Amino acid sequence: MNAGLTILEIAVVALGLGVLLLDLWTPAEGKRGLGLYAALAVVGILAASFVLDLQGEAFGGMYVLDGMALFFKRLFLFSMAVVLVMSVEVGDQMKSGHAEYYALTLFAGAGMMFAASANSLAMLFVSLELITVTFYILVSAQRSETRALEAGVKYLIIGALSSAVMVYGIALVFGISGELSFAGLAAKSAEHGGSLLFLLGVFFILLGLAFKVASVPFQLWAPDVYQGGLTPTSAFLAVGSKAAGFVLLLRLLFVALPQIAADWATLLAALSGISILYGNLGAIPQRNLKRLLGYSSIAHGGYIMMGVAAVSAAGQGAAIFYLGGYTFTTLAAFAVIAIIAKSAEAEDVSSLAGLHRRSPALAGAMTLALISLTGLPPMAGFLGKFMLLKAVIEAAAENSAYYWLIAAAVFGVIISVYYYFNVIRTIFFAATDDDTEAEPITVSRPLALSLVACVLGMLVLGLYPDAVLSFALSATVAFGAVGG
Amino acid sequence: MNILTLIVAIPFLAAAGVALTPRREKDLAQTIALLASGATMLLAIALFACFDAGVPGFQSEAHFPFAQALGIWFHFGVDGVNVGLILMGAIVGFAATCVSLGEIKDRQKEFYILLLVMIGGILGSFASLDIFMFFFFHEFALVPTFIMIGVWGRGVDRNYATFKITVYLVVGSMISVFGLIALYLQAPEPRTFNMAELAEIFRDNPIAVDRQNLIFPLLMFGFGILVSLWPFHTWAPLGYGSAPTGTAMMHAGVIKKFGLYGLIRIALPMCPEGAQNWLHVLAFLCLGNILYCGFVAMRQRNLNLLIGNSSVAHMGFVFLGIASLTLIGVTGAVVIMVAHGLLAALTFALSGRLYNQAGTSDMDKMGGYLKQLPFIGTAMVMAMMAGCGLPGFANFVGEAMVFFGAWNAFPGVTVLAVWGALVIGGVYMLRAIRDILHGGENAAHKVELSDAADWRQRAPFALLLATLLLFGFAPRLLTNKIQPAAKAIVDAANGVSVRQVEVARLDGAEVAGTTLENVE
Repeated sequence: MNAGLTILEIAVVALGLGVLLLDLWTPAEGKRGLGLYAALAVVGILAASFVLDLQGEAFGGMYVLDGMALFFKRLFLFSMAVVLVMSVEVGDQMKSGHAEYYALTLFAGAGMMFAASANSLAMLFVSLELITVTFYILVSAQRSETRALEAGVKYLIIGALSSAVMVYGIALVFGISGELSFAGLAAKSAEHGGSLLFLLGVFFILLGLAFKVASVPFQLWAPDVYQGGLTPTSAFLAVGSKAAGFVLLLRLLFVALPQIAADWATLLAALSGISILYGNLGAIPQRNLKRLLGYSSIAHGGYIMMGVAAVSAAGQGAAIFYLGGYTFTTLAAFAVIAIIAKSAEAEDVSSLAGLHRRSPALAGAMTLALISLTGLPPMAGFLGKFMLLKAVIEAAAENSAYYWLIAAAVFGVIISVYYYFNVIRTIFFAATDDDTEAEPITVSRPLALSLVACVLGMLVLGLYPDAVLSFALSATVAFGAVGG
Repeated sequence: MNILTLIVAIPFLAAAGVALTPRREKDLAQTIALLASGATMLLAIALFACFDAGVPGFQSEAHFPFAQALGIWFHFGVDGVNVGLILMGAIVGFAATCVSLGEIKDRQKEFYILLLVMIGGILGSFASLDIFMFFFFHEFALVPTFIMIGVWGRGVDRNYATFKITVYLVVGSMISVFGLIALYLQAPEPRTFNMAELAEIFRDNPIAVDRQNLIFPLLMFGFGILVSLWPFHTWAPLGYGSAPTGTAMMHAGVIKKFGLYGLIRIALPMCPEGAQNWLHVLAFLCLGNILYCGFVAMRQRNLNLLIGNSSVAHMGFVFLGIASLTLIGVTGAVVIMVAHGLLAALTFALSGRLYNQAGTSDMDKMGGYLKQLPFIGTAMVMAMMAGCGLPGFANFVGEAMVFFGAWNAFPGVTVLAVWGALVIGGVYMLRAIRDILHGGENAAHKVELSDAADWRQRAPFALLLATLLLFGFAPRLLTNKIQPAAKAIVDAANGVSVRQVEVARLDGAEVAGTTLENVE
């Protein structure tokens, strides 16, 4: 059994249950504060992940804890902590159900952590459902807002559809090969590689994962849901849900089905390229910040997919590293939006006007985040994009279809400069209507602390990336070897 | 910390320092910026003076790990090609800071942060011997340009100019990074980003010719867009016309040289056969710069646009020098890079000063300014003369060397280029002098102008002019340093094609001797 390996997940789930229980004895005015304690506890679990020596397999190989799993678990724990702090900050937008919101966030996080270790199709599906079902509720947490309900319904319908498609795919794969575990599939995929039904099953599973990472062809929900949901929910969707989708995708493709991954490289490249173009082009006319980030997250999903499509150890390392940088960056951007939306009651790009006068620190953090999203030095995004581009150019020597992907990526970066810099310009240079708006913005200490952590993360990954980079690359090598 | 590391680090540290100053203390930000850029310049002068041309390889080398897992290092070092560029960049950086003191009145703190990042970025790019860092630092320098034009820029076209310059330069960077990665991937495992090691690897195991034929144009056009190679030049006059003075000085003078430096340092020695096959294209495109942009400059009535176009035209001579693939041509190209950097900074500083005082760059509204502006006017006459290649200024040395170097390879192009330099350049520069400085005062647009009264206002102009004159009268200070490094690059680039180029190169070297004597 070796269930002790799941100690981190167990701790998170127990924490969620604890929050629900504590809620019963906490007076109404103290309920919001629970989130901060939960965040603190999550940081504690994160610290424990560095102390404990965790490695191995559990549940008969369904659950694996290797470098990559650990990398992603830490990423999820960090995002959880920041998201919890953010949700305390925006708590007054919710009339009730604070403790439930925190608990569900923790459960979704536990699902992501399980996904990071999923080593069989059953585990993959269960962990994904844990994430998706909790998000159905989280997205529509503002029950009185029609906007939130609309977003919730959209997410539910597309989510249910993609889950159905995916479970159908799993059934087909299992039916043909009789295997659910990735290791077993790897052994049998050569035998069944020619079977049309088997391939159809794999294709359906990929479609289901495309929903999680908001990649074409299941990308439509992202802008609506990001805009409609609470800001912390959107942040968690953009970061955690996407990363969970990618870790599953990487494991499924490279551990279980290395041959199919190689054969389908062109398809993956096409998904990646179309996502990049769709996201970037869609972001141009957006006025709502969260919607803009929704489109840009589709584009970033496309960039990360470049690393998958390269079907190489370098590509996987690049994708993992990029996800690390993307996590810090996106969390920082959403945290700033959460603060602005609270004080300005609006989430439009124009509500950022004059931000540098009201709060230079927030303006600086947002600018750095946008620079990192664009992919310029000294932020994490630059090295990430460089590595992705390098991996794809390397792969292009064998398959010239990649040149189209490179062209799409280059084009995407150029477009993104336009709309990200437009936001930066608004922050610093747009004229504000009157002076009354110039009142300074106060940021609560915990959120300020998490913002600092995010900005430091971006800078360290951009300027002194050695530690994270070697971790990301070693996380790949271990599983690249399995993938062969 | 060695001197080169300090040169790169000081502007960045100062930028961080300015960022930490309280907003009310406006003078503090200026003082930090001035001190930092001044210290950088002094160190760069020391570096240049201590550089020993007799020592082969790189000097003042320093390593710091960046991403060891990928083999990327902060790796600095100078040889003859970049030591002059670093000197020029540091001088222009100091001058740009001085000029900005009087011009930038609002959001000073942000401006000086960006300016210092720009200075540190481009010096870091020139100093880097690691391909990744070479590009990394350049992006550092590039991004502030966009923001500065958008915020502190002037004129009605400001937004359009920001948009255009951003799109062009990002496209150029993306194409060149594509080329650089493609080049890096041609080396066998374990791969390195180290320029010197790469050059050695590619000398011993040349890249397949068909690959070179793909990679070289990527670099040529990617870098070319960044240097405003015709017909991708239209961002330059517009962008410089709208930029604040300090930004225009830094970008036109220094940052633009990144692409040329990349061509010389990376593209020529590492893709020699690609170069042989593509350089004649470059030679013809450079005529577009020299002739077309020269004619465009002739038609301008706006001083800033005239200077912008003439700066684009001057890039043509550098391209021609590179395309000649001869020792004297490439050495001349490097000399022009240094000279033009100083000159472009000088002219933009002058025109920016006139704009701030007269409120316009329209030459139809100017006239007779020399009476009111004895010092600035004289500086302007000298700058314009340097621009049309008057002996005594460093530009003449470089241009003459390029023409001698290019003669064997492209006689027709050279004839047209000489004509462009002497006739077209002469026409628009002299006309500008006549319209702005001489003649009667324009009765309809009377303005009160103030000359640079004290040494603090004169310093940036005097400094740039003095350097131009120094290298104009004693070019051996530059050429002696450049020649050994340029020889290594030209030899590597010519290693493939036999005898014929070898002979041409020897001829070139002889001509080099005679030119220098004539100049002195």
